[in-house]
Amino acid sequence: MSDSVILERAQRFLSALRHCQVLGIAVEAADSHGLTLRLPYSSSIIGNPDTGVIHGGAITTLMDTTCGISTVCALPDFEICPTLDLRIDYMHPAEPHKDVYGFAECYRVTPNIIFTRGFAYQDDPQQPIAHVVGTFMRMGKAAQGGQGLKRDIQGGAA
Amino acid sequence: MSGLDFDTLVREAREKNDYDQLLGLIPYAKLIGVECLRLGDDLVFRLPASKDTIGNPILPAIHGGVIAGFMEHAAMLHLLMFMGIPHLPKIIDFSIDYLRAGHYRDTFAQCQVWRQGRRVANVAITAWQTTQAEPIATARAHFKVDGP
Repeated sequence: MSDSVILERAQRFLSALRHCQVLGIAVEAADSHGLTLRLPYSSSIIGNPDTGVIHGGAITTLMDTTCGISTVCALPDFEICPTLDLRIDYMHPAEPHKDVYGFAECYRVTPNIIFTRGFAYQDDPQQPIAHVVGTFMRMGKAAQGGQGLKRDIQGGAA
Repeated sequence: MSGLDFDTLVREAREKNDYDQLLGLIPYAKLIGVECLRLGDDLVFRLPASKDTIGNPILPAIHGGVIAGFMEHAAMLHLLMFMGIPHLPKIIDFSIDYLRAGHYRDTFAQCQVWRQGRRVANVAITAWQTTQAEPIATARAHFKVDGP
């Protein structure tokens, strides 16, 4: 699958997620190696009003979404993959007034499970603010309740 | 730097049994709509159903990240309320297991502090919708509690 198809699918996938629209999350880059999303800094996602630092919950949403959508980088067809578990380790707090980027990749795909890992960073990917691992369940093509969504996300490439 | 006196706010909230002011201070908690209910000696947190927190449009289901954010915030408030910490605890790590889909309805959460040391606290969080015996997610988190 070409990188432009992956990028398009990632964008369509993201646009279907209402809460991500509320947070203003956007696709920064996507190819067969992984996906990068951007969470813009905003006063509405502050967790500590004294410092202006973003709430961990917004970072968790960014990373859950990044890991979840990174499945399109590894799967030939769109599949709904619910999160089984997610773990985030915070290296240091995010700096206020700066956007946060999330990168994720699938490092193992089995018939039932997809293992993803990634990190969140601001200026420098070498200095992540958080490391993440997430495990996702493959529902199988037969169990797809969302044929309409699948069509929307795969677009003409289906 | 610390312009907010969480100690006073927590005491007032407990005395009046009104947590709105405390919750209103944190923009992210306002954004997703976290509420706090006192049931006897227990504290139960509520995340009201809202279209803005939906992730999966088909079911529809609440975004997993919002469920996690709600549970993380519940744990933070729980520590503030019960552990006599005068400032916001800082998250160290957070791990969540999703057990059932979080449907488009109210979600509740309750916390259990398994260990509070001088520097670090370990908190377990359970979230449910229909009944507490059937959680939609369980999580655990470590917080740094020794000063800002």
